[in-house]
Amino acid sequence: MTTRIFIPRDSSALSVGAEQTAKAVEHAAAARKLDVAIVRNGSRGMLWLEPMIEVETPAGRIAYGPVSAADVEGLFDAGLVSGGKHKLRLGRPEEISYFKNQERLTFARCGITDPLSLDDYRAHDGYRGLKRALSMAPAEIVKEVTESGLRGRGGAGFPTGIKWQTVMNAPADQKYIVCNADEGDSGTFADRMIMEGDPFVLIEGMTIAGVTVGATRGYIYLRSEYPHAFAILNAAIAVAYEKNFLGKDIQGSGKTFDLEVRRGAGAYICGEETSLLESLEGKRGVIRYKPPLPAIKGLFAKPTVVNNVISLASVPIILDKGGAYYRDFGMGRSRGTLTIQLAGNIKHGGLIEKAFGMTLRELIYDYGGGTATGRPVRAVQVGGPLGAYFPEKLFDTALDYEAFAAAKGMLGHGGVVVFDDTVDLAEQARFSMEFCAIESCGKCTPCRIGSTRGVEVIERIVAGKERAKNLELLNDLCDTMLNGSLCALGGLTPFPVLSALEHFPDDFHKPVAAVAAAE
Amino acid sequence: MTQYIAWDAAKASALIAERKALPGALLPILHTLNDTFGYVDKSAVGEIADALNLSRAEVHGVVTFYHDFRREPPGRHVIKICRAEACQSMSCNALVAHAKKTLGIDFHETSPNHRFTLEPVYCLGNCALAPSVTIDEDVHGRVTPDRFDDLVAQLVKA
Repeated sequence: MTTRIFIPRDSSALSVGAEQTAKAVEHAAAARKLDVAIVRNGSRGMLWLEPMIEVETPAGRIAYGPVSAADVEGLFDAGLVSGGKHKLRLGRPEEISYFKNQERLTFARCGITDPLSLDDYRAHDGYRGLKRALSMAPAEIVKEVTESGLRGRGGAGFPTGIKWQTVMNAPADQKYIVCNADEGDSGTFADRMIMEGDPFVLIEGMTIAGVTVGATRGYIYLRSEYPHAFAILNAAIAVAYEKNFLGKDIQGSGKTFDLEVRRGAGAYICGEETSLLESLEGKRGVIRYKPPLPAIKGLFAKPTVVNNVISLASVPIILDKGGAYYRDFGMGRSRGTLTIQLAGNIKHGGLIEKAFGMTLRELIYDYGGGTATGRPVRAVQVGGPLGAYFPEKLFDTALDYEAFAAAKGMLGHGGVVVFDDTVDLAEQARFSMEFCAIESCGKCTPCRIGSTRGVEVIERIVAGKERAKNLELLNDLCDTMLNGSLCALGGLTPFPVLSALEHFPDDFHKPVAAVAAAE
Repeated sequence: MTQYIAWDAAKASALIAERKALPGALLPILHTLNDTFGYVDKSAVGEIADALNLSRAEVHGVVTFYHDFRREPPGRHVIKICRAEACQSMSCNALVAHAKKTLGIDFHETSPNHRFTLEPVYCLGNCALAPSVTIDEDVHGRVTPDRFDDLVAQLVKA
């Protein structure tokens, strides 16, 4: 009987040698004339254990990790194919507490199935959502999505159902579904993981969106930094076309939906939806004034749904199990699950999908196990480069859109970056301004000029030049950017800066002699 | 390693012609030129403008807006070091300083022997295994200065 061995082809697993491990496994199995089939799955999200390989045994899958190529011979000698004992043996992956305590809805299949096997996808409840959607009236689908409480997972948190309804009701000869896969926030990788680990769930979600609002064409705008996701998405789309899950008359429904992946070109601003649309149209990624909303006048001036990857990938399970099922996870106005990405200086970094409401403290210590360097945690940046830096006293904040807003932060796309006590928050604040200057599209003055002036002012403060005056100037500048910028880049860059000033004032008041000595 | 071919005007014209009918064709055209030749030669700007019924200024504007599109051929290996926050938390700034010193070049520069081009990148989506570096198409995680030296040594050997 063939034994299946799962070795992730997720980018993070590859970054620590999964390809070499796979080759070594292939070689070792061949040398021993063992009947082994290697499946290149996605990652389960326990990234510190990558490359984590799994062997299918009569007692279920048994995981080992982290397995480098050099470990493979020893593993085979220890009876890897029958789940034999070895120091890297982790037992059943479902039983590892990090994984066991999650509530995986959107990521239900990620790491379990072969990403490019449509049969595997369907055997694990795939395409049930689309089947049900095809039997429903568009207004009923919108109602289901609205009832689920799903809000845009890209960061803005806008109710997905309302957006779909607007596009559905907009009369036009052509409408579009655009997936925002320009996951540029540092500390985030959920979009990448789902695209690499379960691409069909995104394709299904976009197809449901198309059927609902009457859009026959979709684009996935994917950042160019994700070459593996690009290859896997294209391969999955080809399979979906071949099996009539894309194209004309999908599964005999009479509905058409065509889908294409387009690559971005390394501009952070193109994660902003109107810049993204400009870029898709072949222009500079300069933001547009709103209104008109993209839902009314979007891609090529047609009504367009622009949704984040995770939002769209959450739709199939909502349609399959019903809006109420999804809504019953979560707290307050944040319903369903949040895919948290625990990153930076953290011992156990990875992806955690869980109902909204866990606190930062539980996340950092119970899941993350503290810092990778073993030093105390000093600050945590939540929500990407535009998110606030939180000190230890705010670690009891619950992961919930409203709770974070109340603490002058934002949940964004769910990225959590941990820093140890060597971090200098004045330097982090300076970098926030520098990043804004590098990535500004240049359309509005507060962002284009303000960010450069921000770098200069912070440098003067750190150098001890007229500190009181320059701190006042910095606050004033942040106020201008917050209230005067056209989009979230200039408008939110003050968040990390002001949070650093508020919670870590000492870093801006170091004695100048110490500053000079450090240099 | 990525095999770029030397700029070939006839080949570039063919690539432009293949894609000019796509909706929003400019980025796909620039990507294919960048992927094939490693850069977008300025001689292509006018031709692309004609193919898409745009002005040369519009095409130039797009080429220069995006970080990905190079206007000069890169070195044989392109090394990108992530300098976003998650990598900063794992000392990427020290890694950047080490890389610049080892390679003898700054960001956006190519070594005189044309072997390496060094570029910054802002997030590779490998933030739980920081600091991250890409060499040509391959992502590497948990890159210490020593590991960086090993990776570079492998390139030199190859």
